[in-house]
Formats: sequence, structure tokens, C-alpha cells
Amino acid sequence: MTAGGWVFMLCSIGLVLALVTFCFYRVLSKPSSAAHMHAPLEIDTKDRET
Amino acid sequence: MTRIAEQRLPVKKEAWGSRLGVVLAVAGSAVGLGNFLRFPGTAAAHGGGAFMIPYFCALLLVGLPICWAEWIMGRHGGQRGYNSCPAILGVLGGRRGWSYPGVLGLLIPIAIYMYYVLIESWCLGYAWAYLTGSIDLGDDPTKYVEGSEAFFGRFVGIDSDGLMLKSGIQPSVVFWIITFTLNFILIFRGISRGIEAFCIRAMPLMAFCAVVVLIRVLTLGTPDADRPDHNVLTGLGFMWNPKGVDGGAWYTSLLNPETWLAAAGQIFFSLSVGFGIIINYSSYLKKDDDVVLSGLTAASTNEFFEVCLGGLITIPAAFIFLGAAGTVGGTFGLGFNTLPVVFEYMHFGHFVGFLWFFMLFLAAITSSLSMLQPAIAFLEEGLGLGRKASVTMLGLITALGSFFIIYFSKGLVALDTVDFWAGTAFIFVLATIEVILFSWVFGVERGYEEAHAGAEMRIPRVWKFVIKYVSPLFLLVIFVFWCKDNLPDRVRQLKEGEDGGVPLLSVMLLGVLSIFLLVLIHLALRRWKNGLHAAPVICPHDGCGHANQAEATYCAQCGRALGERTTRPPKPEPAT
Repeated sequence: MTAGGWVFMLCSIGLVLALVTFCFYRVLSKPSSAAHMHAPLEIDTKDRET
Repeated sequence: MTRIAEQRLPVKKEAWGSRLGVVLAVAGSAVGLGNFLRFPGTAAAHGGGAFMIPYFCALLLVGLPICWAEWIMGRHGGQRGYNSCPAILGVLGGRRGWSYPGVLGLLIPIAIYMYYVLIESWCLGYAWAYLTGSIDLGDDPTKYVEGSEAFFGRFVGIDSDGLMLKSGIQPSVVFWIITFTLNFILIFRGISRGIEAFCIRAMPLMAFCAVVVLIRVLTLGTPDADRPDHNVLTGLGFMWNPKGVDGGAWYTSLLNPETWLAAAGQIFFSLSVGFGIIINYSSYLKKDDDVVLSGLTAASTNEFFEVCLGGLITIPAAFIFLGAAGTVGGTFGLGFNTLPVVFEYMHFGHFVGFLWFFMLFLAAITSSLSMLQPAIAFLEEGLGLGRKASVTMLGLITALGSFFIIYFSKGLVALDTVDFWAGTAFIFVLATIEVILFSWVFGVERGYEEAHAGAEMRIPRVWKFVIKYVSPLFLLVIFVFWCKDNLPDRVRQLKEGEDGGVPLLSVMLLGVLSIFLLVLIHLALRRWKNGLHAAPVICPHDGCGHANQAEATYCAQCGRALGERTTRPPKPEPAT
């Protein structure tokens, strides 16, 4: 494997790994990402009304 | 109001359960056999490492811009209560006539599914064969290649038409039935409980299998001491060393237009743009769900599987054991003829072979699932059918088409013909229509503004110029060159009735399917009336606020009546 081969391989893989890591970090760092983002309908139980 | 409409309105709208779910579902749709088999072969044949320069340029100029456009178009249509490609194109175009080109957004995934599910079943069949040890290429290593080709030929019935149905049901037909049924069970469960739940589990499992195979390939060392020049480093070098045209300097490959066309074609097909799938998937998003980061994440996940895994496994493994001659042969040749030979030579080869084909099966099923949803969405909203009826109808259509591909198995001509027209030519056409509609009719400024509703990051402003001028031009150039290279042979094939007329029959099958779908779109347009271009009805109930189709009476999200604060009427009890 030539030096050029190493450069192209490491740069390509490094670029993609950096991009995918950045994206998943941003997606997973939001609290809503893993949990359900469509919240259930609010149900007013009237508990606070006395 | 017609009976159909009355049936449809109370149907609850489907939605994604989480952002991670939709990202993995879109990525799963994009990651397929092409990531592991087509990309490495294309890269090695077009400059090796130098190929990555036009490849990343194409990602930035064609792949990502169209991807984002499709995400925006889908969410926009979804906010007006529509999920199918014909309806969404009609909404974006502002005229009902725009819905008719949307037939491609139904035809392409249905037609591809017809043969893709067959390839998927081959992967499952090979995985099973490796798991049970029933794959046998003989004892003589010099005959492995012939043994592998013979095994594949027997498995798919390549020698004559109807072979898979003669003398009882063949194993490959059993695997096809299993795969077909599994797809429809998952799709019947719906967006969140079916597609999303499966993709969330399948994608990490797929990555795990690929990483195990990668580790095995990278630790092969020099397997044959008699051939010290065939080792891991030379295998990686064969894939990644930058190569020039005819042995020239490496940058000469960048001066070759074919390298750029190959790179653009690879990105285009790899990201699954122009299929109508991303539009359909993103239509299930809510108004403020992010499309910029989600689209980028899905695309980068696809790149991870393609560059980081596909680029390090297939070609290096084939080169180490078979030399440069083993690295050619196209997707099927590399995947089903060459790699089984590689696994035969390799220590723990049968276990690695099982992991490899099981991974390909997962990659294929996450893609095939996405091909069914656009048509189901259309049948539900266009004809007012319920989930069960839509799934049954689509199951019958795709089963008939897939049976056609299985029956005409000689030389895989039927599969190749459907792949050429529906899986390649029509995709170019739909992608071009989508880009023109989005940037020139809907308006790129409006699209740019819509993109950032709920977005956590901004699309660079240059995207507006790229999607309006560069992407359509890029698509057009690729399409013209592609037509020049491929169309004359295909047209001659049809005119002269080659291969027993199977290509002509396959094209007729696509024609009949297109007409059938156009009739359904026409019926759907009558049903939608002017609803496509009317303002959506926002659900007034607290905690919902869903945008419904203009003619809707009940909210598709929460099921409550839109006009008044009442709950959906209960189902009448069956008469006793």
C-alpha cells in the first residue's frame, strides 16, 4: 500500500467517521431523541381544581 | 360524501415514535447491497483512492442537496395530511396535474421490491447454508470458483426459465416465501411498531456483523505463504491506492469524465434519492421536527456503511485470496460467486460467511420495507382503504410481479430488465422531476425557509444555488451519458425480441403496472377534489394541533372530530 493509498483511506474514513459521530452526538444529545417525540394528549384530571 | 371517504376519515394517522427511529429507518432504506458490493468495485475500477474526490464532491453537489429537498417536500406534504408521492407532488406543484408524474414514486418502489425481495431471500438462503454447513464448493481449491458459480446457478435457477418451480418447491422458493411474508408482517404493523421498531434493532445488529467481518478480514495477514504479495496491506492497497488512467499519474483519473459519472451515479443510488421513499418517510414527521440534522445523519450513516465498512471488506478480502481477477464481476458476481470462494479459503470462513450474508439480509430487508410503505400510504389516502386492505392489495400485486421474476429466471434476464428500467432509468426521471418541482415551482427560497422550521443546524446558503442550478444540471448530464451508454442496446434487445422475448415481457409488466397506478391516481384525485391545494384543517384540541387534509372531518392524529370538541364516535356493536 502506497503513502497515497494511506492518505486517501485515512482521510476518507476519518471524514465519514467524524461526520457520523457529530451527527449522532447531536441527535442523541437531545432528550427527545430516544424517547417518544409525539407526546400523548394532555389529559386534564381536574386534580388541582378544588 | 362517498362511502370510501366515510371509511377513511377516522383512520388514525401514523407517526414516527422517535427521531432516532426515523433517522435509522431512512438510513436503513439507503443502506443495501450496493454499499457493500457496488461501491468497492466501482471505486477500485475508477481510480481507487482518487475516486473519493469526485465521490465526496457528488455527495455535496447531488446527494445531500436532493436528500434535504426530499425531506422538506415530504414534511410539507405531511403537514397537509398527505403521505404519498402523487399527493405530495400535487400539493407542492399547486396543480392537480403534478400528481400524475408521482406515479413514478409508486411504480419505482413496487417494481424494485418485486426483484429486491428475491435477492434478499438469496442472502437469507446463503446465510442459512453457511449456518447449517450445507454450502459445499468441493474439496479441490482449484475448483472453488466453478463450485461457487454452480451453487449460485442452482440456487437461483439461472439455466432455464421455470426451473425454480419444477420437481417440487426449491429451497430458494421457500426462502422467498419466508422473506416475502416477513416483509408484509412488519409492514402491516405500521410505521412505528413495524418499520421503526425493526430498523432500530436491525441497524446496530447489521453494524455489529459488519465490524466482526471487518476484524476478520483485517487480521488475515498473509494467508498463503507461497504468495506473500497477497496480504492485507496489498488488498487494502488494491482498493485505496490512487491510480491513474492507463498507468499514468493518479490525478489523470480525475480528468476522466467517466470517473465523475461513476461517482455521481454511486452517490445517487446509494442515498436512495429519487425513489419516493424519503418523501414518504418524512411525511410522517411533525411540523417542527428537524429535517436538516435528521437528513444529514441518515446520509452520513449510509456513508459509514459504504466507506468505512464496505470499502474495507469486500475488495481487500477478494484480492487477498483471488488476486485482481477476483475483484471484478459486478454486484452479483462479487457477492454470490467470489465471496463464497473467499470464505471457503478463510479460517472460520463458514461463520464469517454466515455473518456476512445475514448482514446483507438485514441491509436488504430494511430497504425492502421502505419500498412498500409509499404504495400503502397511497392506497390508504387515495382510495380510502384500511391498513389490512392496502397491505393485502399490495401483497397480491407484488407477489404476482415477484413470481414473474422467479419464473423467468434464465440468465436473470427479467430481474436485470426490471432493474434497468425501474431501478435505474425511472429513478433519474423522478429525481429530475422532484428537483425541478422543488426549486423552480415550489420555490427554493420557500423551501429554504421551510427547511429551518425546528432545525437545529442551518443549511449553508449556497445550497439554494446548488439545488436550483447545479443538481438539475448534474442529473441531466449523468442521465444523458447514461442513456448514450446503455439505451441503444436495451432498445435493440426489445426490438429484436432477444432472450426469448423476456425483456419485452418485463417492460410490458411495468407498462401494465404504470397504467393501473395512473388509473388509481386519477381516482384518488377525484376523491381529493381540491383538497390538495386548500389550507389544512388544524385540529383544535389541546395537545394535538395536527394539520389534517382540507376535507377531513376527524383528526387523523387524535381521532377527534375537527368541528367540535367531541371524541370519535364509538364503533357500533355488532348485531346479535
